[in-house]
Amino acid sequence: MPLFRNIASMIALLPMIVISLTVFVGCIIYSFVYSLTNSKLVPVMNYVGFDQYERLFKQRKWDVAVENIFIYGFVFTIGCLVIGFLLAVLIDQKIRGESLFRTIFLYPYAVCIAAVWQGAGFVMVLMLAGLRGIDEDIWKSLSIEGVAKWKSYLFVILPMLRPMVVTAIVLIAAGVVKVYDLILALTSGGPGYATTTPAMYVMENFFSRANLGQAFAASIIMFISVVCILAPWAFYEFYLRNKYAAN
Amino acid sequence: MGGKMKKFFSILLTLFLPISFTNVSKAAGHMEAEVIHWWTSGGEQAAISQFAEAWQEMGNTWIDTAITGGDNARGTTVNRIIGGNPPTAAQFNISKQFVDLVEQGLLQSLEEVASAEGWRDFIYPPELIETCEFEGEFYCVPVNIHSWQWMWINNDVYKQVGLPVPQTFEEFLAGAPKIQEAGIIPLALGGQGWQESGMFDVVASSIMGFPLMRSVYRDKDIDAFRDGRFESVLNTYRELNQFTDEGSPGRLWNDTTAMVIEGKAAMQVMGDWARGEFAVAGMEAMKDYSCVIPGKEKYVALGGDVFVFPKNDDPKVKDTQLAMASMMVNPTVQAKFNNAKGSLPMRLDVDTSAADACMQMGLDLIQNPDAIMRESDDWNTPAFTAAWGDIISEFRNDPNYTVAQAMDDLEGVLTSGL
Repeated sequence: MPLFRNIASMIALLPMIVISLTVFVGCIIYSFVYSLTNSKLVPVMNYVGFDQYERLFKQRKWDVAVENIFIYGFVFTIGCLVIGFLLAVLIDQKIRGESLFRTIFLYPYAVCIAAVWQGAGFVMVLMLAGLRGIDEDIWKSLSIEGVAKWKSYLFVILPMLRPMVVTAIVLIAAGVVKVYDLILALTSGGPGYATTTPAMYVMENFFSRANLGQAFAASIIMFISVVCILAPWAFYEFYLRNKYAAN
Repeated sequence: MGGKMKKFFSILLTLFLPISFTNVSKAAGHMEAEVIHWWTSGGEQAAISQFAEAWQEMGNTWIDTAITGGDNARGTTVNRIIGGNPPTAAQFNISKQFVDLVEQGLLQSLEEVASAEGWRDFIYPPELIETCEFEGEFYCVPVNIHSWQWMWINNDVYKQVGLPVPQTFEEFLAGAPKIQEAGIIPLALGGQGWQESGMFDVVASSIMGFPLMRSVYRDKDIDAFRDGRFESVLNTYRELNQFTDEGSPGRLWNDTTAMVIEGKAAMQVMGDWARGEFAVAGMEAMKDYSCVIPGKEKYVALGGDVFVFPKNDDPKVKDTQLAMASMMVNPTVQAKFNNAKGSLPMRLDVDTSAADACMQMGLDLIQNPDAIMRESDDWNTPAFTAAWGDIISEFRNDPNYTVAQAMDDLEGVLTSGL
């Protein structure tokens, strides 16, 4: 019985499984059910079908929020990956005082470029771990062949780091979707609602606008779009590729 | 900061109370109350202290939970009620903000004390009773009346440029370029949604008058909305916004009032809570600064605050709540509180001899029932007023957003059934 083979680890995992199921799955179901109601200040079971979704897609503010998240996501993801990878390559040159640099890059002080800076440090650590995992023999053969250093990084090493890149993108993308605190601190979504994001739209409707139904509907749409974008890709990267590689 | 410290000390005090004063407090029928509110500016703190002091003089403990920003404070109150840890009392606005709480049976009825003390006989104007009464029972205590209908003007600025103090938005607009040339910001406006839509409604009522506004906000009368006057309100609003400064986005209302106090800006449209800031700065009404109710028809808007008392599992809390409700409407407490707050009391038999020239204007005006103006959120849900405010705010900040487009979007909100 494979299910009971590792009874001890199953028991150890049980609290995590129960919490995940009740908190995450439970809350998603709860949000969806109440997104079909016209709840205002407090959740009430007053079924209105998909009215909240219809209203959501009519909001100019929601359009702006979605547009913003794409711009932010694009700039942020590319910025993090490029800067993070460059930093990792620089550190990989075995320069002096590496540990000092590693600390500085991880604890950013700048406020405005906070997002990219913070994300880049994180990508750097991931990439650096990958770079350190590259076999010395590969570097040796590359230098025997006389391949330029930047070409080696770009065309040989980077493709080998693919799992790291994918992990970084998935984690960064999750950060993009829920961006809230940074915007709130810098602009509060203003002027007007020019810099609002979907997460802000949800929080506003939850807490200040007493419009729970609308907040639930918006959060369900956020959830669905994340699943739609990430699921097929993650499935391909983590499952299908391994399968083909194994064959 | 002040609120936090106060809360810290009150908590400290309650921790030690059972040890040191047990006998005393039992004898005096000692009651403990936690009050959530959003009064954190200088003038506001002075006002809420009047309630706290009156409560403490009765031998009770006041736990002050001050939360910056009305939205945050109301959000906390609702979360705590739903989470099963309700405060004794919580602040809301005179509006529909707390209707859901009444309908879900989450608030304590105050009818016992209201009928015993005859609240229906002395609460003025009677519209306030309407706000608090549900199915014949009182569920909130109106504590003050705050009107948005004011322009706050630095007299020195107008003396400096040699212009008379403006009495209407048209007069203000005529003089604004001259003020700008003198290197002074004509219009001080904090670019937060509530400030932008607050000023919009003042412009609207002064241009189109309250009856038409009521047809739009209450009756959702599209013909009234489309009769041309609303467009001219939007146009005037856009003209006014040429005269703000670039530091406007996100600026707090009291920082904006400070610009007028310091003479960096000429005028701010803001509710009469701004009066408290002028008082704290040591400025005298009509001498150092002017308060003007703009327009030919002058109104007092019926904004302001109420306290609600969430139901509690502990039956003893009800007595505390009724005692506090009774204290809040007490004429002596009302006089002290409203003088500090710069607002009008919710009853006429209150000693207002300490009122300054601005407050006196409001007191005179409110006795005329035709001058009493209701606000949009008296009739509409927070979701409606927020959706409406989004459009006003976007219209102010995006010069490419045309009047015609804004009219269509506003009509969309009017017909949305929110």
